[in-house]
Amino acid sequence: MSEAKGLKSWLTTTDHKRIGLLYFWTAFVFFLIGGVEALMIRAQLARPDSQLVGAETYNQLFTMHGTTMVFLALMPLGAAFFNFIVPLQIGARDVVFPRLNAFSYWVFLLGGLFMNASWFLPGHPAPDGGWFGYATLTERQFSPGPNIDFWLLGLQILGIASLAAGFNFIVTILNLRAPGMKMMRLPVFSWMTLVTSFLIITAFPVITVALVFLMFDRVFGTHFYLPAAGGDPVLWQHLFWVFGHPEVYILILPAMGVVSEVLPTFSRKPLFGYTVVVYSGVLIGFMGWGVWSHHMFSVGLGPIADSVFALTTMLIAIPTGVKIFNWLATLWGGQIRLTTAMCFALGFIALFTIGGLSGITHASPPADLQQTDTYYVVAHFHYVLFGGTIMGLFAGMYYWWPKMTGRLLSEPLGILHFWLTFIGMNLTFFPMHLIGLLGMPRRIYTYSTDLGLDRMNLWSSIGAFTIGLGMVVFVYNMWRTRRHGAVAGPNPWGGATLEWATSSPPPVHNFDVIPTVTSRMPLWDAQPPAKAPAEPVHVPPGSWWPLVAAAGLPVMALAPLTHTVWIVFVGAAILLYGIYRWAYEPFEV
Amino acid sequence: MPPFRRHYTSFAALSLGLLAACGGPFPQSTLAPVSDFGHDIDRLFTGIFWWAVAVFVVVEGLLLFSVFRFRHREGAPSPKQHEGHTALEITWTLAPALILVFIAVPTVRTIFKTAGDAPAGALRVEVIGHQWWWEYRYPDLGIVTANELHLPVGRPVAVDITSVDVVHSWWTPRLGGKRDAIPNRHTKLAFAPDSVGMFTGQCVEYCGASHANMRLRTFVESDSAFQAWVAAQRATPSAPAKGSVEETGRQAFQRYGCIACHTVAGFATGIIGPNLTHVGSRTTIAGGTIMNTEQHLHDWIADPPAMKPGSMMPNMHASPPDVTALVAYLQSLK
Repeated sequence: MSEAKGLKSWLTTTDHKRIGLLYFWTAFVFFLIGGVEALMIRAQLARPDSQLVGAETYNQLFTMHGTTMVFLALMPLGAAFFNFIVPLQIGARDVVFPRLNAFSYWVFLLGGLFMNASWFLPGHPAPDGGWFGYATLTERQFSPGPNIDFWLLGLQILGIASLAAGFNFIVTILNLRAPGMKMMRLPVFSWMTLVTSFLIITAFPVITVALVFLMFDRVFGTHFYLPAAGGDPVLWQHLFWVFGHPEVYILILPAMGVVSEVLPTFSRKPLFGYTVVVYSGVLIGFMGWGVWSHHMFSVGLGPIADSVFALTTMLIAIPTGVKIFNWLATLWGGQIRLTTAMCFALGFIALFTIGGLSGITHASPPADLQQTDTYYVVAHFHYVLFGGTIMGLFAGMYYWWPKMTGRLLSEPLGILHFWLTFIGMNLTFFPMHLIGLLGMPRRIYTYSTDLGLDRMNLWSSIGAFTIGLGMVVFVYNMWRTRRHGAVAGPNPWGGATLEWATSSPPPVHNFDVIPTVTSRMPLWDAQPPAKAPAEPVHVPPGSWWPLVAAAGLPVMALAPLTHTVWIVFVGAAILLYGIYRWAYEPFEV
Repeated sequence: MPPFRRHYTSFAALSLGLLAACGGPFPQSTLAPVSDFGHDIDRLFTGIFWWAVAVFVVVEGLLLFSVFRFRHREGAPSPKQHEGHTALEITWTLAPALILVFIAVPTVRTIFKTAGDAPAGALRVEVIGHQWWWEYRYPDLGIVTANELHLPVGRPVAVDITSVDVVHSWWTPRLGGKRDAIPNRHTKLAFAPDSVGMFTGQCVEYCGASHANMRLRTFVESDSAFQAWVAAQRATPSAPAKGSVEETGRQAFQRYGCIACHTVAGFATGIIGPNLTHVGSRTTIAGGTIMNTEQHLHDWIADPPAMKPGSMMPNMHASPPDVTALVAYLQSLK
């Protein structure tokens, strides 16, 4: 990485590796915040009729837990690896638009801070409408405070960050691949980054439209979702889930990509059925657009709509199942080394399978009528998003930590982290299947002891704190590597892809010579030796303007929040000035 | 099989390991249905559940076997570099597709069977969601009540569901699936309860501060008991005797403005809150969350938001003697 030190070098950086680290640490802090919110939820639900936190606080906690984990933790943790790893995997020196990349990060950071600032204002007006923000509850009439405004403005800011990053990675992957790296030689993680980026640029405009409608309803008195004047609250549900279901794949596909890298490395075998795995990922991305109404079976859209969405949803199980079988076949006959990264990848397969199977049970609309909005669904999607996405991201963290920092995480501590997480996760979420089937709804801050679910809820809470303990071990492990981690060297795991062809951490220009690729597993197949660089490598200089431009957005968002029109012009002026200076910035060589 | 036997069999099938630590009984179990609708869903779910168990065993079995069988050994030769196998790919594409056919066919059949179309002559019930209580209307019987639904056993019921404010969802798990209550839309459910008993449920769509306190009770009764209940609900309560504490309570009911929101047939016509004409005959108050006892009613009237966060019924700061009189009056409305 760049030799430059000090705060300025980080504020102005356009190096994809530094931006990757900024994404990683910011998202990791938000991940811890979302985790603390989860622990407070489980503390409240450990006993029936608990008075620990009130109804209002609880509603804010589950709203912000969901919103934080989806938009501020899991997506940007994926983006951290997109940033750090993808340019290395494809043999590039950086992303196509390095300053746009910095802009994405700063917008993400400021959007996250904007939304969370609501906790610290007088009266703590944190969002309380649920991460799904159903109209008409989120309309001014039923939520008069600024809570929902923080949520819908924060999400609009974050959407800009995601869109900019999505375009950047699509163009980067399509255009900056090293010589010889045909699309069908692209590592699966980079492939899944590409599919995810396409989903981002197509899904986020939809939620942006939905949020703008809601903002107009709340600020300017329109009636998009208000039935009294001919609007329809179900419109919100359609728009939200047209975004919301692809969003699920935005969260899971990067983790599937990580697993597709980790399993071959630690089985010492290439990924089984590479082509099928890639096409399955693409197919899942496409089919993810045709299933949104399975979130709405209880709305009563009618038997024909319900049947169609049930069948499209069930069809997605096929490419998903194909991926799982190909991963199993990758293990088959291999030389499996149970490193921490591998344990998390295997945990992904074990747990994601459970989430997929419970998903089939509510792909069936009549069955879903008993399951939706109960803890059964909470169990289901935590097996997908924790058992799947988070296990996959942990696998990625152990796998790529040495590449990102130059040092190895402790394996014994890692294995301890894995078992605490795996056991805690199942203890937390498995009982929720039963809690839901036995009649406990989601999003309730209190429940009666009459439900007979006290003990299962207590187990679930104990499980949550076990996960928390695992996180303490992990944070200690990361902190410890600052001095005590073993030095990694370029390729500590014997990986086959190009990120392992350069030093750890890589130099600012990534590769002295851009490698020429002749196969899918370049480091496992004999490669011609790299020649010395013919000329000095140009490295893009730092720039203040992405940060300045990004700072205009939260300022603009203050206008609808405070109902003060002139602020929007101040924010727009900052944004435009930043873009103007950015556009005319001299190109230094 | 009697409901509770069936209940425990399905339950044991689901999780033998956890059974001992579970607790129970489970009054809101979806696995112990008491209506045709509930049984249809339960049968469908059970079928899908066993397919899921089969796939689970295969996948997790292969995973565990691979991890134990193919562990790295020092000095072992590099494994064979399989890149794929077309026949295998086709097999594990078609096998899940075939299983899905076995799930999809009964699914679609059940969708149309449970689409909410009740047979002619069904008892019509209108469910109206409010923040945070349920209004029930029997349009053919002229009854309006709240939070506690009475149904005759065996007779089909046609439920029409809507909301006056935000989206709610009406659910009595043992009577079958839920359906959303959406403002300006009417959704429907149809079922015929097959067992006598009191079945609890609650709102299952997040609807604001007291979503957790929006509960309900459904009493499925013999036909004669139901008819007796209908007769009592249709009667207009007599005015309290002059000079009685109930009479003082009725005056307080007017003085504190309770009449602006509540209906008491023959006396008050407010429509914002629950109809209180026969509130004394209900077993619960405050959105079905607390038992309708003298003490609870007293605490409720003295400070509603303290018992139900966000309650639309404000604290009227009634004097203690007035609260006592109000309780006496409301309890007299049998």
